[in-house]
Amino acid sequence: MKYEAVIGLEVHAQLNTQTKLFCRCKNEYGQEANSATCPVCLGLPGALPKINQFAIEQAIKAGLALNCNIQLNSVFSRKNYFYPDLPKGYQISQFDKPLCLGGQVDIEVNEEAVGVVLERIHMEEDAGKLLHGDSSENKGGSLVDLNRAGVPLIEIVTTPCMNSAEQASTYLKKLRNILRYIDVCDGNMEEGSLRCDANVSIRPVGSQTLGTKVEVKNMNSFKHVQKAIEYEIERQSLALDNNEEIHQETRLWNPEKGISITMRSKEESNDYRYFPEPDLKALDIEQTWIEEIKENLAELPDAKKQRYIDDYGLPSYDAGVLTSDKDVAAFFEHALNALSVSEKNAKNLSNFVMAEVLRLCKELSVSINDLKFNAQDLAQLLKYVADGTINGKIAKDIVDTMAETGEKPQAIIESKGLKQLSDPKDIQPIIEQIIQNNPKQVEQYKSGKDKLFGFFVGQTMKETKGKANPGMVNQLLKDALK
Amino acid sequence: MINELNTLSIKKIQQAYAKKEFSATELTQAYLDKIKQENPNYNAFLQTQESQALEKAKFVDQQLKDNADSLPPMAGIPIAIKDNILQKDEICSAASQFLKSYKAQYSAHVIEKLQDNHAIILGRTNMDEFAMGSANKNSAFGPVKNPINPDHVPGGSSGGSACAVAANQSCVALGTDTGGSVRQPASFCGITALKPTYGRISRYGVIAFASSLDQVGPMGKTVEDVAYTYEAIAGYDQRDSKSLNHTVKKASDKLEKQDSLKDKVIGYSSAFFNHGVSDEVKDNFLQSLKHFESLGAHVQDIDLAHLHYGVSCYYVIAPAEASANLARYDGIRYTQRSDDSSSIANLISSSRSEFFGDEVCRRILLGTFVLSSGFYDAYYLKALKVRNLIQQDFIEAFKKVDYIATPTSPTTAFKLNQQNNDPLQKYLADMYTVPASIAGLPAISLPNGRSDNNLPFGIQLIGSYYTEDDLLTTAHVLEKAIGFHQQG
Repeated sequence: MKYEAVIGLEVHAQLNTQTKLFCRCKNEYGQEANSATCPVCLGLPGALPKINQFAIEQAIKAGLALNCNIQLNSVFSRKNYFYPDLPKGYQISQFDKPLCLGGQVDIEVNEEAVGVVLERIHMEEDAGKLLHGDSSENKGGSLVDLNRAGVPLIEIVTTPCMNSAEQASTYLKKLRNILRYIDVCDGNMEEGSLRCDANVSIRPVGSQTLGTKVEVKNMNSFKHVQKAIEYEIERQSLALDNNEEIHQETRLWNPEKGISITMRSKEESNDYRYFPEPDLKALDIEQTWIEEIKENLAELPDAKKQRYIDDYGLPSYDAGVLTSDKDVAAFFEHALNALSVSEKNAKNLSNFVMAEVLRLCKELSVSINDLKFNAQDLAQLLKYVADGTINGKIAKDIVDTMAETGEKPQAIIESKGLKQLSDPKDIQPIIEQIIQNNPKQVEQYKSGKDKLFGFFVGQTMKETKGKANPGMVNQLLKDALK
Repeated sequence: MINELNTLSIKKIQQAYAKKEFSATELTQAYLDKIKQENPNYNAFLQTQESQALEKAKFVDQQLKDNADSLPPMAGIPIAIKDNILQKDEICSAASQFLKSYKAQYSAHVIEKLQDNHAIILGRTNMDEFAMGSANKNSAFGPVKNPINPDHVPGGSSGGSACAVAANQSCVALGTDTGGSVRQPASFCGITALKPTYGRISRYGVIAFASSLDQVGPMGKTVEDVAYTYEAIAGYDQRDSKSLNHTVKKASDKLEKQDSLKDKVIGYSSAFFNHGVSDEVKDNFLQSLKHFESLGAHVQDIDLAHLHYGVSCYYVIAPAEASANLARYDGIRYTQRSDDSSSIANLISSSRSEFFGDEVCRRILLGTFVLSSGFYDAYYLKALKVRNLIQQDFIEAFKKVDYIATPTSPTTAFKLNQQNNDPLQKYLADMYTVPASIAGLPAISLPNGRSDNNLPFGIQLIGSYYTEDDLLTTAHVLEKAIGFHQQG
């Protein structure tokens, strides 16, 4: 039978704040275990939570950027369960009255526009981290690190509105990009700043009723999300084809083996016994505060893309690539600002960024901000191309060296003697030498084998180590071969 | 000399300090000696902080020499602290096996305030485990005895604090009150205790029982002592989100200025006497209504229709919150851990079974039950609605009356060896104190005479929100008229 998947995502995003959600401990990744803790986040007896206003602001920002309705009154509740990394025995979270309701994120998959509809965004504190077993310091036991306990999170919950793994991973990328644009979350999935659970069910194509839902947890990269969902759709389809029942359960994704395994079934599911947190007042938010946050909200990716098209005359594809990452867009704009702004410049720059800079990022596995050169260096390089100091091909070599050594373009040009040869007096003797050395090719060319012109250009460039002005070479060769 | 020192009121102590009749060190030593001498009989103190107390006394003595005029009223006043209030580097066990050697990492807000006021902390007092109980029989470190008659209980959960004051082992004491835990033991031991408006005193550093109800409450031999202690610790604290940012009006300097209850309207409800009240308590209370009138007050029977749901409501909300508040004692951290570590689930459940007492387990189970899915609406949500109705009853009542009077407890202190295996019956003992807690209202209990077998009666006055100063002033008029407080 043909099946259709129905997918909803729950994304936990760690908020960019100086301090934790309910205390003044540092919210910073990679500190010494348990060093960023206090009585409140350790859940010591007598400690009381105190809300971090900036975390609320960050959550409101996210809500606005994702087109949610910000609720003027929301409530924190206690979510009760036992786990060694949960210091209080409950997590302070929002339950029946979350901060944001509704919302939408527009994505495009295979040239089809899809509106991913959100159900809600709620705030909660993170739990700690367990370090198990095998490292030498653990001696086979388990250690608890509570630095992460109390770190502010938002959970962004979509409705079951997606139909493919590709849609899900596209949505997730878009979501991450938006959160990074507004500086609400650094989006670092490896460090756990962005975590994703997927609810996956399938149903026969054409059916309107939802199938039994399975939750897949523990996916910490876009690739894992996509693979886990694909796996789950496949697994469920096989089960249905074999007349097996799908059990409502929570499964864990094992990226090494590429399979999901049962974590707990519905029968043993948790009863979290939510109730309103008696240590905190309900969250009352002024409309004027929301307006203020809205006014100061950074430009969002879709708006930026449109601006690139409108103001810089970039093709939609280019604008899409450049704005699909906050740092790439910022790099592009910094470089553009360093150049004299004209449409032609923007397209050249866009080409160079897409073809060379992003290629280098990929080859070196670094983000654009971690390259050894910056936007100003790149702009300088392109200026040298524009004013004829170097040619475009040399520029590609230079940018590789810049990425490798971090040297400035000018220094590389000088030390390697890469200045373009644009004086006929320098090039003419070389061309004459080449014609003299290749009588057979000259004869063939002159008898009509036009393709050989490229051979002479190649030889000249080889002889000049690529420095010759290509236009000049063409002109001189044509004259010489007449 | 020693016995005399131990009975003085705060004001008398300050006057004596001013006249250099004795030093803070002498006074402190007298109290420490008394505790040492009598604690084996009553078990009110779990630990004294002798060296710190004497050190503070020495400091106060120096201050008395250097700048006596600028000293706050609580300076040099010995105070006992209930064992669920954290003092940095001191053990704070909440009378539980779970925390029997747990040392506090920081001090509670009220302790900071007392230290700023140069009060002398004598030690930590015994209590019902995690403040759950009305007899102080639920302590992991043995029961406390009533100093009026050691065959009887001192009440709970702040039984140790009440005993310490009543037995002159401390000048004043701090307890905590969730459903009556300073008022009922005060009543049983013949002293005075105030539960302020919810949020008046920061809960920061107080081991939580039921967060939406918990309040620290001062206990003393006189209304005036209670007023001084209250004024030293009340006020806004930004670390407690439920702390009230509302001016604390002083009562201590106007207590003497009022002699009558003229123009005051005191409400009571005859429906209070429908069940479970002993005849002698009822008689004693009706007698005091006459007292009110003789002091110029109007007494009015009022309708508080939902008050008798108070206990049911309380025993849903308090255990629900407690079940979450006590979840952190899981055997993973703190002092006690079960040997059964075959799995995480076993480690946690065995630790909790082994180190929580029966009453604590009972309430955790009750709380877990009322919050569980399928029962939440029927119990917890309904209790919240009842809570709201009780609050409304009070708000309506306070449009007509200034105070509401009740007995503090339906009985006098019961016998220590009296077996009562019906927890529901025991919970009814809180019927008079619980409603003010549920509504977050201030309430004071003061001694109201003695029974035929010489056990104290208590009377409770409930006031409107933020009116602690008026409540104390009125209680003071009553105290003078009734005259059953211990003279100091």
